[in-house]
Amino acid sequence: MILQAIAFYLLAATTVAAGLAVISARNPVHSVLFLITAFFSAAGLFVLLGAEFLAMILVVVYVGAVAVLFLFVVMMLDVDFAELRRGSARYLPIGLAVAGLLTIEMIFVAVSVAANGAAAHSTGPGLQQGSVTNAEAIGRVLYTDYVYVFQAAGVVLLIAMIGAIVLTLKHRVGIKRQDVGRQTARTPATGMRIVSIKSGEGIDA
Amino acid sequence: MGVNSFWGTPAGWTLLTVGQILAILVWILISLAFMLWGDRKVWAGVMLRKGPNVVGPFGLLQSFADFLKFVLKEVIIPSGADKAVFLLAPLISFTLAFGAWAVIPLAPGWVVSNINVGILYIFAISSLGVYGIIMGGWASNSKYPFLGGLRSAAQMVSYEVSIGFVIITVILLSGSLNLQTIVEKQAGGFWNWNVLGGAGLKGLPAALIMIPMSVIFFVSALAETNRPPFDLPEAESELVAGYQVEYSSTPYLLFMIGEYANIVLMCALISILFFGGWQAPFPTPFTTSWNPTAASFFAFMWLFAKIIFFFFLFAMVKAIVPRYRYDQLMRLGWKVFLPTSLVAVAAIGAWRVFGPVS
Repeated sequence: MILQAIAFYLLAATTVAAGLAVISARNPVHSVLFLITAFFSAAGLFVLLGAEFLAMILVVVYVGAVAVLFLFVVMMLDVDFAELRRGSARYLPIGLAVAGLLTIEMIFVAVSVAANGAAAHSTGPGLQQGSVTNAEAIGRVLYTDYVYVFQAAGVVLLIAMIGAIVLTLKHRVGIKRQDVGRQTARTPATGMRIVSIKSGEGIDA
Repeated sequence: MGVNSFWGTPAGWTLLTVGQILAILVWILISLAFMLWGDRKVWAGVMLRKGPNVVGPFGLLQSFADFLKFVLKEVIIPSGADKAVFLLAPLISFTLAFGAWAVIPLAPGWVVSNINVGILYIFAISSLGVYGIIMGGWASNSKYPFLGGLRSAAQMVSYEVSIGFVIITVILLSGSLNLQTIVEKQAGGFWNWNVLGGAGLKGLPAALIMIPMSVIFFVSALAETNRPPFDLPEAESELVAGYQVEYSSTPYLLFMIGEYANIVLMCALISILFFGGWQAPFPTPFTTSWNPTAASFFAFMWLFAKIIFFFFLFAMVKAIVPRYRYDQLMRLGWKVFLPTSLVAVAAIGAWRVFGPVS
């Protein structure tokens, strides 16, 4: 238990500190790196809660893919963040309102968990503890009770992906593209022409 | 207080785990030293050169001489570099490459952490590996490293997708995310290995899918570890040395050891997922009467042999295959491997539900 407590406080402190650093770092790339640290230590907290499947998925999806693209974009863009920061006082009230709302929600959740215990809130039929691993438990709930919602979420993502492709796809004419099929199908017979050139005359194409 | 109860206390448990971690770390580092030498010898052999042959018998101690040379040199940090990130990058590469070894089952019972989501853990850790490279490329504050970092980010994210799907086919066949269980299911001879369908004669039709899947995994592993023919992040003819241009001395050494540790990890993963891990290629009923440690050591030798075999393949590919162009690399990842492995996932899923093996 003592090891768990040490791990919890270490990870929780890292998450909070990294979260603060995300908004206070001057360099946007550092902000993204701190965000990654926050994700990673949050995954560690999931592991402590016994939700190892969620922890791994968090790392694979958010840290391994989403944050890489994020970092990619931030490194490539030449955004003047000092300029952006200047207007931040104007948006401060809205930001504070959202943060306040989230804090109140979290307090409600914490109070109700403290009063009833976390188990009272899990309604899924496949969530009996102990007998199944949590990957299996999530799978059972996701592919039975919530299968339509799950599929709908997949379709939403697919539409977003197709939308992005449609927006960026351009068919320009007159540019040379590689056609691998045509290249490999080329033989000496179709690919070259043997001509005999008389000296001093050259050839015209 | 007996010996057993001491290992049960937090202090004892911590000591035991640290001991296991150190044992694996030392084993990997020492094997790496000789594998690096082997890599260079194979490469040299293909080119009809002699390769390292001066330090020690047959040049066996070359890696240790190189190690001393790297460590004793001065660390040079470019003046415009982001110092903290610049030094953090190789450390991340190195740590992650070794962190993944925590869940690799080396023999029956020989694993530091036998977690239920072992394969996902490996996948998660290897997807983090890109940060070392992209951070190193950015922090160097120089054009070639930056281009190398961007290339590697796109390349590793692309090939991770097909690796993920290939892993799913194996998970479907084994019905478990636990690496130890995946290996145990392949017991009883090479005809039970996942590459041949994982269930003897009855499972053989699945080999039609699993053999191409193992090839896709191998090629994706080459791309994931930035090995030739996919070493575009460090292509010397285009980017000098890519993301590691500005690195010297120990930070460079950390990058290099991290890269090789990742390669050996991928070799171990191929062995575990497709070729039975520590299982011998024939039934081994005779080991049941052995001392458990001896039996484990026997099993470990099989895994080690398989790792070395796949490492040899990695070395041969490096020597033989010319480098891909970047658009060809992307084409292969997204237009060939991704659709193929996606279809394979559906096919293996159908095989598990409707096939004779349940």
